Amino acid sequence: MKKRYLFIALILLSLLSLFVGVSRISPTDLLDFESEETQIFLISRVPRLIAILLAGMGMSIAGLIMQSLSRNKFVSPTTAGTLDATKLGILVSMLLFTNASLIEKMAVSFVFALAGTLLFMQILNRIKFKDAIFIPLVGLMFGNILSSITTFFAYKANIIQNISSWLQGDFSMIMKGRYELLYISVPILIIAYLYANRFTVAGMGEDFSKNLGLAYNRIVNFGLILVALVTSTVVLTVGMIPFLGLIIPNIVSIFKGDHLQKTLPHTALLGAIFLLICDILGRILIYPYEISISLMVGVIGSGVFLFLLFRGRAYA
Amino acid sequence: MIQVKEISKLFGKKAVVDKVSVDIQHGKITSFIGPNGAGKSTLLSMVSRLLDADTGEVLLDSSDVKKLKSNDFAKRVSILKQSNYMNVRLTIRELVSFGRFPYSRGRLNEEDIKMIDQAIDYMNLEEIQHDYLDELSGGQRQRAFIAMVIAQDTEYILLDEPLNNLDMKHSVQIMKILKKLVDELGKTVVIVLHDINFASVYSDRIVALKDGRVVKDGPTHDIINSESLKEIYDMDIPIQEMNSCRICVYFNS
Repeated sequence: MKKRYLFIALILLSLLSLFVGVSRISPTDLLDFESEETQIFLISRVPRLIAILLAGMGMSIAGLIMQSLSRNKFVSPTTAGTLDATKLGILVSMLLFTNASLIEKMAVSFVFALAGTLLFMQILNRIKFKDAIFIPLVGLMFGNILSSITTFFAYKANIIQNISSWLQGDFSMIMKGRYELLYISVPILIIAYLYANRFTVAGMGEDFSKNLGLAYNRIVNFGLILVALVTSTVVLTVGMIPFLGLIIPNIVSIFKGDHLQKTLPHTALLGAIFLLICDILGRILIYPYEISISLMVGVIGSGVFLFLLFRGRAYA
Repeated sequence: MIQVKEISKLFGKKAVVDKVSVDIQHGKITSFIGPNGAGKSTLLSMVSRLLDADTGEVLLDSSDVKKLKSNDFAKRVSILKQSNYMNVRLTIRELVSFGRFPYSRGRLNEEDIKMIDQAIDYMNLEEIQHDYLDELSGGQRQRAFIAMVIAQDTEYILLDEPLNNLDMKHSVQIMKILKKLVDELGKTVVIVLHDINFASVYSDRIVALKDGRVVKDGPTHDIINSESLKEIYDMDIPIQEMNSCRICVYFNS
């Protein structure tokens, strides 16, 4: 898995993504700046592509950081309740401020995502039985509890449909002016890269980190803040994208190991590629209609997840 | 010199380490021995700052270790805990490189790379330096961790049961390496050991603990005798002298 090949694949898929869709746009149409095609291209296609790239990179990196910090290969925003906590945060923001702006929603859901993840890490610390499979199961249960609370209050407030529209990850709604929040992933990716060595050391445990003079708790909390930021912005703009943060880091880890400084670029690239492929397939399979990204990723991702599980728990 | 002064650790109401005072002399191998639950590992963890002491203090060259910056402390004292099982997929070289973390924070300069090469060389790991840790045998993995500590280049090296799960050949190999570290590189080594005979053959000084207190503390030949061992382990252990090594024959006592 060379970075160069991943990069070339990413460019080709990006080009493909730009020219796949209901209205036919050919590269020659773009020469005329005033044409309808150019407008669609700029208002819908380009933002969609950028959103896919940023969400794919962001969610895989969030998963990578979580797996490193929790020292468990099956922990990710999906399996640690982070996504569900974010959803609860969105509900709360909608109940508290009826006309919540995107930034308000973002702030509240970030706080919930962070609190949910911290709570999960606390649970993790208390569990004596640290089995590789058991821990994500606890996380899934925890997530389901949060999700039930969300559903209950959403039902009471009659905003079930509203909430479930957040639930479905969907890129077809992405347009100019609706996705820019995702750009927060860019500085986070850079920070994650700068802190990669610290995360790797923290991933070897508290004693190991202290031996090397690393402020363990501070790094863990810092990492979780990054995870919560990425997750909450992605859920707000795109919706839930399950499994991405789980499978991408695991695939990279099998080939490249766990030295974050070396695997982080691969993880980001592969995450974007995987999401692009799912999105393009979703757009082609029932053309001219579209299969939502969370369904596509859910189906393909759970398949890959099962494969990773059966591949042997030795790596977990 | 590391001076441990009246240090205690309570788990609940039980004192696991109870007002222990020990001096760890420079340039020597000091072994902590004693029955299970004597507080050896807890004592070592407090000396290395992994655990906070409830009372008492640890002085490193007469300054309180609590007041040292964690990064500076990591350049002077290193600790390896018994759990060398890790599910992180790193190569030996990557692991050893992290030994330079206190110096370089991950951005390795030329000197760091030189130290890493030396450490790998010293532990005879060149040929397998790009192998992943989870694909190694227990002995190789233990050597990789010691190579990391060598790269960390600390004056004091503390090891918590480094021979756990190792066979005889690898145990002897590790102990010889520790001896070499003291003799050739002038390090100070402190180890928690379960096997009394390894302690007898390789250490310069022995600190024996029992129920959280020091029961014996002195040069090895003062401690390895039937009388003292009776006090430490409640066993009658005959001693056999072979090639100027004292061997404790405890198997049928």
